[in-house]
Amino acid sequence: MKKMTFTEWGISSTRYWGILAVIGAIIGVAGLATLYMEHEGHWVTGMNNQVVWGLPHVFAIFLIVAASGALNVASIGSVFAKKPYKPLARLSGLMAITLLVGGLLVLVLDLGQPARLIVAMTQYNFKSIFAWNVLLYVGFLGVVAVYLFTMMERKANQHSSKVGLVAFVWRLILTTGTGSIFGFIVARQGYDAALMAPMFIIMSFAYGLAFYMLMLMFTFNADGRELGDKMFARLRSLLGIFTAAIFYFVLVYHLTNLYGTENHSYEAFILMNGGIYTQLFWGGWILAGLLIPMLILFHPSLKNSRSAVTAAALLIILGGFAAMYVIVIGGQAFPMAMFPSHTIIESGFYDGVNGAVATYVPTLAEFMLGLGGLAVAVIATLIAVRVLPFLPATLSDEATDPHH
Amino acid sequence: MKKIGTSLILFAVAVLLSFGVTAHAKKDDGHSLGYKADKSDACVAPTSFMRRNHFELIKHQRDITVREGIRHTDNDLAGCVDCHANKDDAGKFIPVNAEGQFCADCHQYTGTTMSCFSCHSTVPQAEK
Amino acid sequence: MSEMIDQKRREFLSVASKAAAATVVAPGVFLHSMADAAPRKEAVTDAVRYGMLIDTSKCADGCTDCVNACDSENGLDMLVKPEGASDEAWDKQRPRWIRSVKIQDNLTGKVSNLPMLCQHCEHPPCVDVCPTTASFRRADGIVMVDRHACIGCRYCMMACPYKARSFIHENVQFKPTAAPRGKGCVESCNFCVHRLDNGGTTTACQDACKHEAIVFGDLKDPNSAVSQALAKAQTTQLRADLKLNTGVRYSGI
Repeated sequence: MKKMTFTEWGISSTRYWGILAVIGAIIGVAGLATLYMEHEGHWVTGMNNQVVWGLPHVFAIFLIVAASGALNVASIGSVFAKKPYKPLARLSGLMAITLLVGGLLVLVLDLGQPARLIVAMTQYNFKSIFAWNVLLYVGFLGVVAVYLFTMMERKANQHSSKVGLVAFVWRLILTTGTGSIFGFIVARQGYDAALMAPMFIIMSFAYGLAFYMLMLMFTFNADGRELGDKMFARLRSLLGIFTAAIFYFVLVYHLTNLYGTENHSYEAFILMNGGIYTQLFWGGWILAGLLIPMLILFHPSLKNSRSAVTAAALLIILGGFAAMYVIVIGGQAFPMAMFPSHTIIESGFYDGVNGAVATYVPTLAEFMLGLGGLAVAVIATLIAVRVLPFLPATLSDEATDPHH
Repeated sequence: MKKIGTSLILFAVAVLLSFGVTAHAKKDDGHSLGYKADKSDACVAPTSFMRRNHFELIKHQRDITVREGIRHTDNDLAGCVDCHANKDDAGKFIPVNAEGQFCADCHQYTGTTMSCFSCHSTVPQAEK
Repeated sequence: MSEMIDQKRREFLSVASKAAAATVVAPGVFLHSMADAAPRKEAVTDAVRYGMLIDTSKCADGCTDCVNACDSENGLDMLVKPEGASDEAWDKQRPRWIRSVKIQDNLTGKVSNLPMLCQHCEHPPCVDVCPTTASFRRADGIVMVDRHACIGCRYCMMACPYKARSFIHENVQFKPTAAPRGKGCVESCNFCVHRLDNGGTTTACQDACKHEAIVFGDLKDPNSAVSQALAKAQTTQLRADLKLNTGVRYSGI
């Protein structure tokens, strides 16, 4: 492969600052919304004692999962030694960091006591996966930073694949930890499944790559850089395979649940009579998030269309949000089975009277907090690619040809 | 170990800050020390010690009380509030962290927040 | 020397104020023994395990005495709906430590009433998942939240199989000394630990139950009322399949 050069993002100053201003405005509004929620307390949100994690957590967990997946592209280049992917590695590492920071920001700002973050960072209960996640997330930022350094500092290039291996393993452990947040909960029917962790890993592959492709295509288009058809085809096929893999995991999860009678009520809730959750599952997660993208990405002619593939990537991301909503909120809304063979007919604390599902109506403030996290991730990425040479000068077919 | 480290840093900061704080002579300013404290000779410990270390006493005590259940102590926060709260003209207790009250002078000067009172009562309460 | 004088003054004030307070009967709270001026001097140990037996056959339909007593004892009835909140939303956000639940057998149609509260498990999932050790199990079996360490992440609320925990969604005006609480932390029934640590032996809910459906005491003492009641009745744990070895047992369901 020819030697690759990396350059700062070169779009015109006006355009750059214009984009930053728009995203900055979103962050500003998000900041105000967050201050409002923090000052007043969670009563201003739709969260309550039944549904304790809401839209901010949907955003946060989605961003964190996507962050670990965004690193995949770099790992393919270094750990799996696929030469054509090497030029993509810097942006991949960068996005892993920015998406994670965005997600963590949302998570921390939603805490009941965000000022006590220092307690969370100094006092640990190591049986809690949350405690491990604090270390895994922060450590991941450090490891990827070192990884980026080995890629961008010539004298450190020789260490790149070793550090890349550490980063790859670390990210697998991190996503396992994120999925295990739910997998380890024995109390609720929607969770308590060993499958949650690997399913999150496979989701991270697709969501991270989708984000990556969108950012790559956007920055390249804006700057007039060429993304060759061959490189495009490689990324697109990967995205298709990862999406199909998610579909397989979702299938296994639900088919297994359906086999056991004890889970029938939960499955009926998700698949049939859960209202918004059922709509999001079929319409969002399955149709928009998996089936339509797979159709595009495997279709003989559609798959070559840049706009169709962009749409597929966007749909995968939207489907991912829907998936997180169904998992995080649907899993809480469904009442716990505290009295098997009995029906609860009255309760002083909303225990699922007559099977009633807990209600959760997200508020604008929560949505803004989540959106703010996403905006922080995007703006951090755009500033970084402007200021430092993360982007390869070109990804044309000749430049990325592994045989030269 | 981590708690000792944090405590040491806090202690060092407190010692450094107290050089300015000890210049304040409370009673001379005309501020009351509290409806009971005004009548007492001394506090739980000598005043200069309390100025520097009261938070350490409270912080150490909270773990003892919550985790070990030990309530027989001089270092309970409720005890501090009980002594140092003032009453207004109507005989009602004024929150001990309000402006012009016992805690405010030093805490405003040093700029340290009293996060205790986000959860703990700022006025003495009759026990049930 | 001066410390000794202060100590005597303090004890005098303590006993005097307790005596004064004891004469003011808060609504719904029964007076417990006045020989309670004995704050614990030594750390709790596992020589004691606090537990409870709830006899659902004695729990009266429509009765909420235990709920009212708990609310009053722990300052929950002093919480005010935030201005601008709807009644519906507030009712779902306000904390509740004990609640009454009515269940019906799916096959026979038999209806039972019971109070539902923190089960004080021996292997509490809420303790397992808390990242900061704020949710903890005391040596004497009481599962509670050390709110100094609580960051308000609500993971324990997700993990509790009995939905026992509540989150404080709003700024708190009245902060009881017996149960300090503030915005952003999680809490749940602590077996009236402020009573137990000050020499008491009963919980507010037990005292309030006219029908004697609630028996509280030391599970490790074979002569305690609760141990003897457990020995006689056919009892069960809720969600026994989770193998949490709860401290609260139920009979009649």
